[in-house]
Amino acid sequence: MVTQKGVAAKLYRSKDGLGVWEHRGKVAAVSYGYSPCDRRWDENLEHSLGAYSMIAAKKALEEAGIRLDQVDGVVSAPGPIGEPWAPRPYFAPPYDSEDGISLVTAEWLIKNMGLKNVRFANSEASRGHGQVLGMASQAIGEGLCHTCLVLFPFGNLAGRYSQAGSNARETATGNGQWSMPWGWGAAGAGFAYGFNQYCRKYGVNHDMMAPFVVNLRRNGRMNPMGYYAQHPEEPLTVEDYLASRWVVKPLCLHDADRPVNAAVCFLLTTADRAKDMKLPPVYVLNHNNNNFEARGLTHTAEEMGQFGDIHARRMYEGSGLTPSEVDIFNPYDGFTLFTQYYLDAFGWHGVKKGEALHFYQGDIRVEGPHPFLSSGGNNGTGRTRAAIFTDCIEQLQGRAGPRQVHIKAETAIAGCTMPHTCAWMAFGKYPD
Amino acid sequence: MPKQSPVPDKLSKPFWDACNEGKLVMLTCTACNLMQYPPEATCRKCNSAEKLVWKEVSGWGKIHGYCTMYDCRIRLLQAEQPFNLASIALEEDPGVLMYANLPGTPVDEVPVGATVKVEFVTTPGNGQKVPEWRVTEPRWKAAKKAARPAARKR
Repeated sequence: MVTQKGVAAKLYRSKDGLGVWEHRGKVAAVSYGYSPCDRRWDENLEHSLGAYSMIAAKKALEEAGIRLDQVDGVVSAPGPIGEPWAPRPYFAPPYDSEDGISLVTAEWLIKNMGLKNVRFANSEASRGHGQVLGMASQAIGEGLCHTCLVLFPFGNLAGRYSQAGSNARETATGNGQWSMPWGWGAAGAGFAYGFNQYCRKYGVNHDMMAPFVVNLRRNGRMNPMGYYAQHPEEPLTVEDYLASRWVVKPLCLHDADRPVNAAVCFLLTTADRAKDMKLPPVYVLNHNNNNFEARGLTHTAEEMGQFGDIHARRMYEGSGLTPSEVDIFNPYDGFTLFTQYYLDAFGWHGVKKGEALHFYQGDIRVEGPHPFLSSGGNNGTGRTRAAIFTDCIEQLQGRAGPRQVHIKAETAIAGCTMPHTCAWMAFGKYPD
Repeated sequence: MPKQSPVPDKLSKPFWDACNEGKLVMLTCTACNLMQYPPEATCRKCNSAEKLVWKEVSGWGKIHGYCTMYDCRIRLLQAEQPFNLASIALEEDPGVLMYANLPGTPVDEVPVGATVKVEFVTTPGNGQKVPEWRVTEPRWKAAKKAARPAARKR
């Protein structure tokens, strides 16, 4: 079973005016599994991204009580994210290519797990960790499959990435000719630039981010799938955050998520089938995948705010939810300096334009009245891009452990990644 | 700063050739009056390729925003860290943003909204000139100075 090119685009919801999702409440997320979360691959094949993907997939199946022969769909956001393993020599099969080392396709998982009954497979969304959940939901809704594994592999090899290749040359080609001569070449530069504009517009400042990031790490330490739970460090303090080195001011080191080598796998199925599984179903209420272009070379704060508004409008339209009906909110925080656009736009807990950083000064702990990003997000768990979704499932199933929020947890919205390219999921404890 | 040298391609060659002549040009759709930077093969708005022409612009602009680079991935610039990384909104079309390092402006003391004037600097890789921007007095003041008659001798 190999990916049929072009299928993914037909399964995304990416427009205004689509109304309530036609399969609302008819698709369910049941379980997920996760692998160990390492800082980097140690070149032990038992710790490879492929091996970790199989660990995560098996756990997801075990949690739900599903056999291999019952799986008829596999979707992966295969990567790669960082550098490839090549030009170093590969290993014996199944590690005789990048697939299984720096990325993992649906096809690799199907072959190596011995999944014999797969009707629908897709690996088109190379970095689309938000998109694949929506793609699988739509595929199930349309009957392309009924029991689907959704894989989030995220590899990280030794060394700093993006230091070689075009970044090490004396010339700039392609799109780089318009940005690289001036040094527009750090991760997060565009969001640092936008955050500066946001601060000027709304009279806020970078120091106000400290309680938000500290709370993300606190939540992350309570999330066993995450890096900081598996590799405990001293808790991050406000003082640590404020003393953190700049990467591209006003983006400091602690505003960036930590790259990790790990895999997470979700199990989605039809609402009918989910009723017979070991865990209570969490119903999918909507999904959206939105991509926007900036007018100029980079996204301005104004544009990112506008993109946020469109994300919110489409998610509320498709899910039928209103801002006051969203209990759990897990927007993306891979760089914390863009999360405010989501909070401002979705209006969660009454936040209005420009109020996000003020909101961070309140009680956003999971025990408190405004448990924002109860997952710990990417910042608090490492860059798997998965915690924001697993937390929605756990909170609605009532099994988030010490992270279980004290407020009502019957609906949830999560999305990743950045404001100009973000895919969203809405979940409900009940199908309607 | 030792900037990477742009390597012109078919679409960008007129822009970079103009830079080497000390001119700033923008690919402009004459139907939509829309400037495109970076240039694209067709107009973003009307999708026309035929209506796109290169137009010289004044070289005046304003600082739209900035950040300060401390950990640049581009090797050639790593010795220059930290440095300013600003965007410039063109006078003729403020929707067009161009990058700048703002020579002469202290690091992290960028006056957002200030007037800037283009200049062209030679890059070491292949000698290609690239636009750079320097903070200057507002254009009306510069024009006033230029128009001021010589003082009468007494």
